[in-house]
Amino acid sequence: MMKWAPALFGLLALGLWEAAVRIAEVPVYQLPGPIAIIGAFVADPLGLLQALASTLFVTFAALLVASVLGAGMAAGMSASRLAQAAIQPWAVALQVTPLPAIAPLIIIWVGEPLVALIVCATIVAFFPLFANTATGLASAPPELNDLFRLYGANRWRTMALLRVPAALPYFLSGLRISGGLALVGAVVAELVAGSGGFASGLAYRILESSFRLEMPRMFAALVLLALAGILINFGLGALGQAILKRRGAA
Amino acid sequence: MLTVNNVGRRFPGGVEALRDASLRLTESDFVALLGPSGCGKSTLLRLIAGLDQPDSGRLAWDDGPPEPGGIGYVFQDATLLPWATAEDNVFLPLRLRGLSRDAAMPRVHAALHGVGLAGFEKSRPRQLSGGMRMRVSIARALVTKPRLLLMDEPFAALDEFTRHKLQADLLEVWHQAGCTVVFVTHSIYEAAFLARRIVLMTPRPGRIDREIASSLTSGPETRLAPAYAALVAEITRGMGEALR
Ligand SMILES: Nc1ncnc2c1ncn2[C@@H]1O[C@H](COP(=O)(O)OP(=O)(O)OP(=O)(O)O)[C@@H](O)[C@H]1O
Ligand SMILES: [Mg+2]
Repeated sequence: MMKWAPALFGLLALGLWEAAVRIAEVPVYQLPGPIAIIGAFVADPLGLLQALASTLFVTFAALLVASVLGAGMAAGMSASRLAQAAIQPWAVALQVTPLPAIAPLIIIWVGEPLVALIVCATIVAFFPLFANTATGLASAPPELNDLFRLYGANRWRTMALLRVPAALPYFLSGLRISGGLALVGAVVAELVAGSGGFASGLAYRILESSFRLEMPRMFAALVLLALAGILINFGLGALGQAILKRRGAA
Repeated sequence: MLTVNNVGRRFPGGVEALRDASLRLTESDFVALLGPSGCGKSTLLRLIAGLDQPDSGRLAWDDGPPEPGGIGYVFQDATLLPWATAEDNVFLPLRLRGLSRDAAMPRVHAALHGVGLAGFEKSRPRQLSGGMRMRVSIARALVTKPRLLLMDEPFAALDEFTRHKLQADLLEVWHQAGCTVVFVTHSIYEAAFLARRIVLMTPRPGRIDREIASSLTSGPETRLAPAYAALVAEITRGMGEALR
């Protein structure tokens, strides 16, 4: 019963929504009911799924780049105080700059729209990966660092055998957070690029449907986006669990 | 083996942890360092291990400072790598000394066997009890066959029963290994049970106040013996005077 509770509640809510829309005779261009939304999806599944694939491609490409850059820069920073002093303020500056404000600039600079979208999403996804990895690399207790010194381990050995393994759970939870952020970044960048005429991705479909007042289609795109976000979040969470479990039980 | 000559250590920020502390360690000795919290016991241990440097005085090793691996260190918490098996935790010091896994494993297993953990080679730290984790930590410290074993309140976090068991087993291991042990403790009873020499420290800035020799041969009945009670009384009296 507990297990089915969310699904039952969801169905109930959808039923109420459909009923409310019909009884109150809300015009479909204001608020479509679930059946109209499903209808809009069924009318053009390929168009919407292609747009979803495009958005997901940007999201995962950005996540990959952000992982490499974030973890790499955190490692560089933890290896040297000078690097830390040099990198940290810029990382924070990057994090506090709102993406919508810099996205137009990036799109103009980069030229190639798909790359520009990836750059934008990377900027949003970068910080949690960077900050979490940096925290994780410094998370080993001082006694363990002393132990490595006692046995004459150099910086690289300590990195490989102590700091990096200690950072893994932190990195993985950063990955989960950044997965959702990369999607948000991709959508925001698509919105900016879409109003400049670049027609790809779910955000563009949303923009397009809103111009044409095709509310059911807009909602269908929104639902796909929400589902993608949920799947990314749970998928990355499960991936992290599996990796840690494997390490802890192999 | 080592002469600690009037060492002093003052930390940045002004805390003077040690002043003119002197101590001599000989082969196969078992020394308990006993003193109130904050008197610089850990600081002295870290100086001996080379993890910290004195501001004054010096450490003179009879045969030159030991190689890495020549000193074993056991901390208050087991401080194992949580993601590694017992076996891999004990392998670590040998790995850092450049030994291959295959070459190291017989020694690793012997060390685990020596602390009574045969059969737990593949267990992770979180699958082991506190006492067993401490045993892994001791095996890790002994696997390089150090000449000197430094222990900083290793049993302080354990319950009384586990502590008594580990104390008895530590003496066994010490007889087998034949190394010198410096054992930091807060506990007069622990010092009396374990050590050949009980070194009393004054409150901060820590100095060595006096030393009490023990002629007990500790065994299962020791804690019931009058000689043990007398030693505890002597240490208690000495500690009272050191604190004054
Ligand atoms: N790295 C450090 N920086 C500054 N002060 C320190 C440092 N390490 C120790 N101290 C101070 O030096 C004094 C002695 O510390 P130490 O840890 O050696 O005491 P201790 O005898 O081991 O105490 P306890 O029994 O509580 O472990 C304490 O006042 C402590 O606060
Ligand atoms: Mg201490």
